[in-house]
Amino acid sequence: MNKTQQHIDPILIPILEQVSDPEIPVLSIMDMGVVRSALIINGVVEVEITPTYSGCPAMDVIGDDIEKALKNANYDSRIDLILHPAWTTDWITPIGRKALEEYGIAPPLEADADKEVLLNGKRLINCTNCRSQNTRLVSQFGSTACKALFKCEDCQEPFDYFKCL
Amino acid sequence: MKENLYNYILGIADNSLILGQRMGELCGHGPSLETDIACTNISLDLLGQVRSYFQYAVKIAGDDRTEDDIAMLRKERDYKNVLLVEQPNLNFAYTIGRQFLFDVYHLAFLAELQKSKDLTLSAIANKCIKEVSYHERFSSDWVKRLGDGTSESKEKIQEAINDLWTYTDELFHQTKADKAMVLESVGVDVTKLKEDYYKRVKDLLEEATLKIPDSKWFQKGGKEGIHSEHLGYLLTDLQYMQRTYPNMEW
Repeated sequence: MNKTQQHIDPILIPILEQVSDPEIPVLSIMDMGVVRSALIINGVVEVEITPTYSGCPAMDVIGDDIEKALKNANYDSRIDLILHPAWTTDWITPIGRKALEEYGIAPPLEADADKEVLLNGKRLINCTNCRSQNTRLVSQFGSTACKALFKCEDCQEPFDYFKCL
Repeated sequence: MKENLYNYILGIADNSLILGQRMGELCGHGPSLETDIACTNISLDLLGQVRSYFQYAVKIAGDDRTEDDIAMLRKERDYKNVLLVEQPNLNFAYTIGRQFLFDVYHLAFLAELQKSKDLTLSAIANKCIKEVSYHERFSSDWVKRLGDGTSESKEKIQEAINDLWTYTDELFHQTKADKAMVLESVGVDVTKLKEDYYKRVKDLLEEATLKIPDSKWFQKGGKEGIHSEHLGYLLTDLQYMQRTYPNMEW
């Protein structure tokens, strides 16, 4: 179990698993690792979430969606955004990584490999379409703050890579 | 209210706010789709960071002001950003030169701010530094590409660096709030970042086959609210919605 999920009341897990990132609907917020704690205190669910990227507009939506999901399960809730410790891509669960890849977003590599790919043009990322590693960085910044843009030189398909953070 | 802490936070945040606005101006105007997206992503990161700072500043102020008030409703003289970040996007080389000269500073600054005794500031720094290291990679990569590119790209980036050089020294000036916060081990002593900053910048300029400007004349004033003529125009864009439709919310 990773660091973000250490203080989550097991009763709440199925509810929180219904909430996903609006930009990446296949990825539940639990698998993304943004929920740091969720506890029922005096009948109110207190949830702490940590932002992925500072400017990520999805965070506001995620907060609202958590509130709605809990409301549907008859819980009142309070959502707090906390910054420390900072979110890292290491907190994405294996299930989450698989979901990303199937959705067409290559999951983050280890930090060192990530640097090699983004800075030195190493070809280490598997194309999400044909699995080839003959992939080229197009831009360090992609369609959202968390992604870089790649292209596969074998099947020629462009795809996103979830940057290591 | 802790006046010095409040002003200190605004001093940090305003740099990101104004630079974020400048980069945001390129939305739909970048020289290529990829660079356009990169510039706006950097803008978004900076704006997100600003929100963390302003949300904290609002808590310190403890009155009814909101983060939007701080961002949108101050007068020009109340903005504490350095002159460098308000300089206009004259061309892509200027945009990159400005970003590079700021990113190198920003990265070193955040590395130190992580050690702040103020836990909120250190947490924000800890979060931001990951994003800013991507910014610095992007801008330094482009300085090298332009410098070591065609004769035209080289000329343009050299001109941008030469012109913007005059704004670099101000990064290391201390305001009253800066000094007070350094004494409390909350703030970063920017004077100590200067040597490494110029070394890193010079190394990279050399790598980019560019000349290091030798001008000894430096502009200052932004941190005290004395801005160049460009900030007013920027603020009219930035503040337009709140000034036209007061208290508007999305």
